[in-house]
Amino acid sequence: MLKQMEGSRAVAEAVALCRPEVICAYPISPQTHIVEALGEMVKDGSLAPCEFINVESEFAAMSVAVGASAAGARSYTATASQGLLYMAEAVFNASGLGLPIVMTVANRAIGAPINIWNDHSDALAMRDAGWIQLFAENNQEALDLHIQAFRLGEELSLPVMVCMDGFILTHAFERVDMPTQAQVDAYLPCYEPRQVLDPGEPVSIGAMVGPEAFMEVRYLAHARQMEALKLIPAYAAEFKAVFGRDSGGLCHSYRTEDAETIVVAMGSVLGTIKDVIDEMREAGHKIGVLGITLFRPFPVEGVRAGLLGAKRVVVLEKSMAVGLGGILSTNVRMALSGLHMHGYTVIAGLGGRAITRKSLLGLFLKAEKDELDHVTFLDLDWVMVNKQLEREKAHRRSGPVAENLLRDVGVVAARNY
Amino acid sequence: MFQVRIHGRGGQGVVTAAEMLSVAAFDEGRHAQAFPSFGSERTGAPVVAFCRIDDKEIRLREPIMEPDALIIQDPTLLHQVDCFAGLKRDGYILINTSKTFDQLGLGEFVRDWRPERLCTVPAMELALKHVGRPVPNVPLLGGFAAVADVLRLESVIKAIEERFKGKVAAGNVAAAKEAYAIVKAEMEEAAHHA
Repeated sequence: MLKQMEGSRAVAEAVALCRPEVICAYPISPQTHIVEALGEMVKDGSLAPCEFINVESEFAAMSVAVGASAAGARSYTATASQGLLYMAEAVFNASGLGLPIVMTVANRAIGAPINIWNDHSDALAMRDAGWIQLFAENNQEALDLHIQAFRLGEELSLPVMVCMDGFILTHAFERVDMPTQAQVDAYLPCYEPRQVLDPGEPVSIGAMVGPEAFMEVRYLAHARQMEALKLIPAYAAEFKAVFGRDSGGLCHSYRTEDAETIVVAMGSVLGTIKDVIDEMREAGHKIGVLGITLFRPFPVEGVRAGLLGAKRVVVLEKSMAVGLGGILSTNVRMALSGLHMHGYTVIAGLGGRAITRKSLLGLFLKAEKDELDHVTFLDLDWVMVNKQLEREKAHRRSGPVAENLLRDVGVVAARNY
Repeated sequence: MFQVRIHGRGGQGVVTAAEMLSVAAFDEGRHAQAFPSFGSERTGAPVVAFCRIDDKEIRLREPIMEPDALIIQDPTLLHQVDCFAGLKRDGYILINTSKTFDQLGLGEFVRDWRPERLCTVPAMELALKHVGRPVPNVPLLGGFAAVADVLRLESVIKAIEERFKGKVAAGNVAAAKEAYAIVKAEMEEAAHHA
């Protein structure tokens, strides 16, 4: 049924349709309306027999999810930003133990400096934590990916992170097609755990493993992730058969036929990029975009196939590997091994900096002429940067950077408009 | 694509107004996208929210920098924030005030603009009268339906009834209708003098 609703609410309703049994969350910032709405549904009985556990921290949220999942319950939580980092140890445990928890990460920046706005630093800091990571382009896809996430995670016995851009998607009201309970039930079978804590048939989960078998356990986790590369396209096809729309999959090409320049990106910025590409195609430019839906496991072959034939690739990412350049671009580079192609990394939208059509158009035109630096910071204010660099040169005690820059900009408090 | 930017202060229902606009547009079978300016919300602080309306899927995610219409929920912002930044020539302006554009010091700025697109409505008074609370957002939506001609008043009323219940819904509907009538009358007068 078509509805006009907030992204967070849409995800909450989709998670509810998946019949979760335990939802645990730390309700204070950084959090979204998702668990708030789910908490209301548990309270009014519409999610029975689901239990909502209000915990004292994100570390506790993931720990409770680990316990609940090990006991055989379909478990869900959500967080973002510092919350994800705070639960980091338990995040690794969930995947190490092979527990199919589904977690929404409403992507936000990581401090310091403190910043509540969107970028992908949080989820990408957890890229090697052993979770499957999916990135949504819009609220419809965010909703759909959650339904696929439970199916995928439970089949593989691996946890799945569904990443959606904080604020840009979570707080946006837009049209979504909300599936029926019957559709979700037809797609998502009951949770049949591969391992379960059952007093009738006691086992222990979480043994200490020494050098004699640790590498083998880790290898098996890798092998299981690689299986997802086969399952995800199959589940996306099945999803289309039940729900009637394309959602999920590994990566998606848009207008890349005969493209000399291909942009690669993840998340909601793909929408703005597609608008720019339509405009450029109309003017005769040979440009297209490859959107990455699955970041872990990284679809190396799919990305390679999607970029073959291009002269240059521009990876635009809302994240950054300090001291190297890009994170997504490093992964894309792996997929291009042996191919001769100009490769550009563009860091954009950090901490909620708006990524505009105008800036993207200028960027892509420059890329087409191979006039881009290998690492570019989109819309960086060089005047501000240089002023601080000069200050540091002039005085040893030049003061805290963030406070200096805010003073230069002349704002009394952080804002993005 | 028609783009609306709403300026107000925390507590005045700025974000709710943008969301309700998008619901009204959706009810007319159109695509709509509403989103706030993503700040740390504080009562009284300047707040901005956006709404795009189109006949096809909206993929664009940038803030609205060149609006077709502005709704200004709090006239004291005119001296604090650049509310008019990027507003398209002959765009629509609706301000919550009982003053005129001249009295607000805007006469010179809008001198050659189409006068029937420059409207004011005492939304705070209407809200106090019909709802009993100083929240100007919903009456302004009624006024917006009159001035901008992109949404029908009936759709705005439907969106109000989806959002609120009982007496609050009824009061807001009455306030929106009165705001609609006030703005329609202003527009006719402006056209008459033009």
